[in-house]
Amino acid sequence: MTPDPAPTATRARLASGAEARLEELITEVRRDPGRLSRAVARAARVVGRGPNPDGHRVEDVARARLVAAAAEATGPAGASAVVEDAYRTGDADERRAVLLALPDLDLAAAALPLVEDALRTNDARLVAAAMGPYAAAHLQAEAWRHGVLKCLFVGIPLTAVADLEHRRDAELDRMVAAYAAEREAAGREVPPDARALLDRTPSNP
Amino acid sequence: MRIFDPHIHMTSRTTDDYEAMHDAGVRAVVEPAFWLGQPRTSVGSFVDYFDGLLGWERFRAAQHGIAHHATIALNPKEANDPRCRGVLDLLPRYLEKDGVVAVGEVGFDSMTREEEDVFVRQLELAGEHDLPVLVHTPHRDKAAGTRRTLEIVAQVGIAPERVVVDHLNEVTVDVVDDAGCWAGFSVYPDTKMDEARMVRILQRRGLERVMINSAADWGRSDPLKTWRTGQAMLAAGFTEHDVDHVLWRNPVAFYGQSGRLLLDDVDAGADYAGNTLQRGEPLTPAAQG
Repeated sequence: MTPDPAPTATRARLASGAEARLEELITEVRRDPGRLSRAVARAARVVGRGPNPDGHRVEDVARARLVAAAAEATGPAGASAVVEDAYRTGDADERRAVLLALPDLDLAAAALPLVEDALRTNDARLVAAAMGPYAAAHLQAEAWRHGVLKCLFVGIPLTAVADLEHRRDAELDRMVAAYAAEREAAGREVPPDARALLDRTPSNP
Repeated sequence: MRIFDPHIHMTSRTTDDYEAMHDAGVRAVVEPAFWLGQPRTSVGSFVDYFDGLLGWERFRAAQHGIAHHATIALNPKEANDPRCRGVLDLLPRYLEKDGVVAVGEVGFDSMTREEEDVFVRQLELAGEHDLPVLVHTPHRDKAAGTRRTLEIVAQVGIAPERVVVDHLNEVTVDVVDDAGCWAGFSVYPDTKMDEARMVRILQRRGLERVMINSAADWGRSDPLKTWRTGQAMLAAGFTEHDVDHVLWRNPVAFYGQSGRLLLDDVDAGADYAGNTLQRGEPLTPAAQG
């Protein structure tokens, strides 16, 4: 029997003291979603930072849950504007948390511009967070393939890419093979993740 | 020698500089928001600059094993341009960010009324956001500018130990010491201070409440001037402990007043190349949705 997968950032729970501090911030944001930007900026200082036992980071969980609370309190009509504002006014850590929250926010494809913005950066933390389940569900094929390739380029392990085996297609395989050939021609190392992807086929997972 | 450069404009420097700094022992920096050489014409230009200081530059520094923090403010030069005044309305948002450890650089350039208004407002913002302040002193008419700076700090009522008055020299250090503020010195190749003069000031006034920086930027400057000053201190008979006091513990004490210094990764001598977070690696595989 395989263990349950780790919860997404918005469903993760923290140790009791941190959880209580986060609940206080969440209450504040539910009452007035306009306070989200300030709450997200302060979240790590108020709630805590560092690894959480479930594999997330405490500050990511705190910020993702604040974003989710504000989106819920605002209602479907305004949620995507709230999420976009949290991303646009956030620093890199805050933007990362917004990206981690996206799969649970019921925004359909409305937040895709944020994912595309993150994929234009060279910040590995943002690129990795952008290639999660939300991108797997909504990002169009061309952009998604370039996202996978970018992970290989900037050294992000492909475990960061959600649904890789399900979404990979012949065009992605061609692009990765071309990348590997270019590296080989230059006498450079081919990232093991690129090799592993090419060695794995749907019939030989 | 472990070094904390409390004032350096890394956006103007190359990755070669980051490598040389790390080799010399630099493990932490503070990058104050300042002028870019080319005057800015809109508030949006500052948004991208501030975002860069808190985003890309932090990431870039971390890749070289250096903890990067910033100070955020509307600088004295551009305080005079009405097109940039709207930056004051942006500051409350930025002054809440994790990587922001002070309000700065604020102060005087040409000692205008506009500069003074913006300076006073930003000292008030420092109080509202519980942050220390980095004050730039003017290159022209420095002594008068430093005296006026100290009068304004006293009028606004901010605690002097939460203020560093920067770019000091032999002529301006005593009034700053008398006021109880921190004394900042920028060591440059051929302007501001040099290593030998810096050592003489330390011999005269002692090692408390003093920070030494390279203030390296896009002008003729040297990001290793902190290290060179440390070498000059040793050659003059100061101990390793004295050098650590000035080049590490003093900036940690000053900016630590913000409660926002994050030095765990570099302080413990962690292997930054093995830092999985910096590589964007999830601690668990992404949930398969």
